[in-house]
Amino acid sequence: MRTLRVIASGFRMNLKMLGTSSFFLLTSVVQPIIFATVAFYMFRSGGRNGTLLYASLGAGMMGVWSTTLFGSGGMIQWQRWQGTLELGAAAPPAIALIYLPFSLANAFTGMYAMAATLVWGRVVFGIPLHFAHPWLFALSLPATVIALGLMGLVLASTFILYRHANALSNLLEYPVWIASGLVFSTSLLPDWTRPISWCLPPYWGVLAIRHAALGGDVRGPLGMVLALGLASLAISSVTFRWFEHAARARATLSLT
Amino acid sequence: MLVIEAVDLRRTYRTTTGVIRRRPLDVEAVRGVSFAVEQGELFGLLGPNGAGKTTTIKMLITLLLPTSGDARVLGMDVVSQARDVRKRIGYVFGGDRGLYERLSARDNLRYFAELYGVSGKAQRTRIDEVLELVGLKGREQERVEGYSRGMRQRLHIARGILHDPEVVFLDEPTIGVDPVGARELRQTIADLIAAGKTVLLTTHYMFEADALCDRIAVIAKGEIVGEGTPAALKAGVAEGRVTEIEVFGVDDGVLSRLRVVDGVRAVTVEERDQKQLLVVQCAADRELTAPLLAQLDGFEVGRVTSREPTLEDAYVALVGAGD
Repeated sequence: MRTLRVIASGFRMNLKMLGTSSFFLLTSVVQPIIFATVAFYMFRSGGRNGTLLYASLGAGMMGVWSTTLFGSGGMIQWQRWQGTLELGAAAPPAIALIYLPFSLANAFTGMYAMAATLVWGRVVFGIPLHFAHPWLFALSLPATVIALGLMGLVLASTFILYRHANALSNLLEYPVWIASGLVFSTSLLPDWTRPISWCLPPYWGVLAIRHAALGGDVRGPLGMVLALGLASLAISSVTFRWFEHAARARATLSLT
Repeated sequence: MLVIEAVDLRRTYRTTTGVIRRRPLDVEAVRGVSFAVEQGELFGLLGPNGAGKTTTIKMLITLLLPTSGDARVLGMDVVSQARDVRKRIGYVFGGDRGLYERLSARDNLRYFAELYGVSGKAQRTRIDEVLELVGLKGREQERVEGYSRGMRQRLHIARGILHDPEVVFLDEPTIGVDPVGARELRQTIADLIAAGKTVLLTTHYMFEADALCDRIAVIAKGEIVGEGTPAALKAGVAEGRVTEIEVFGVDDGVLSRLRVVDGVRAVTVEERDQKQLLVVQCAADRELTAPLLAQLDGFEVGRVTSREPTLEDAYVALVGAGD
């Protein structure tokens, strides 16, 4: 019960803070629409009108991933700048539990990216929103968002130890888009990249979402999304503990 | 009963020097600090900037691991029982940072109440209580980013005592706060002691430590150079005299020569525009004006005065003794 209260409180608080950040709001609102527009024109110019929903879902997932990545990457650094990282580290709950709701709130705002992309596609490009498995779609989207949030939590844990690790978040945006097949199918990539794709929740997430919308096996990819989400949670609880201990030894929790 | 106990506590920071060929550099911030604080006591850790006060307090509140030595709070080891220690202590850092700026004071307190396990039922009452105590009642719905430094500092204190901890660590709580605000904060600290808390306060204001603390440890360059009640510390230099000499262009070499004059306890320099004021702590039974001026031969010397030592001199003598 106490754990749930900490999660709910952190989630609510982070949403409030994100809601007052004009930079975050602008990025979250404008970026998905740009992604969507570019994707629609790319697919349309390729004469593949039948796959516009496929492109739309991929563009939406690009927005979800960007929001999660920059939210998680910035979260720890911003808290360090603000001087609240030490407060979290010195509080009684496990540090992973303190930052879990922050990460989930970041991912949750990413759901807007998906919604905005689909609505933009419908209104501006006339893409019909007919889903093959609407209920599975409604399940796959939040499951993917939560799994991405948990993946973001693993990344955030490294930022506890390394003061400048958020630079990593800039490097990870495009490779994950590509390796997860958000922009184009991973079958176009070299074979050696496959294991990398299989380890990424966005890869399975976009598969589940696309299959739920366009038809195909949803349960397999959805199971992988949930499994990777749980694995991320387990990994982050260990890495947070390690990195927090190391940060206390190396004195990297504060700016100075 | 001992509430805080530090035994030969040491902390070394590892950093690097050089741009292309980086070499490791160890900086000893705390070098074998030992002290003990009794229940209900207000213990002051007094020292200049960079003396090791904040590092010591961060080790005690479990934010930093000691390089060596032991520290216990409420009988619990700060390294192996960190989680248990955290539940029962409160801490307040000085300065502007350490608050969620975009949230209101009430939202900040509500969040920390959850982290420290204050039950939902008790939260509203307790938050109102602490807001009242620190004088922020009526302003609690405003965003923290619009708060003055004094208000932020009071909110820090409210956050630190929200869960009614037995021990409170205050790291320079009045730094940068205007005199009226600082006086109010000192009253709040005195109220904590009246409520039965044990408080460890770090400050570099001698008068603050003198006004509030039952006992003081003076820390300089990572070591404790004096410890006792404020009265006892003052008595240590009360028998001496202070000679102040206005000079122009004195360098470190001259200061070194002054420090070894027989009867001189400490020498400090205050820069005052073009001139410097040498503050020389002397033994009471010696007339040192002539030998001091002899060391300043060749330099332009202004006014020379002699006076009784003040509280600040006691502190300066202890801190300056290691120079």
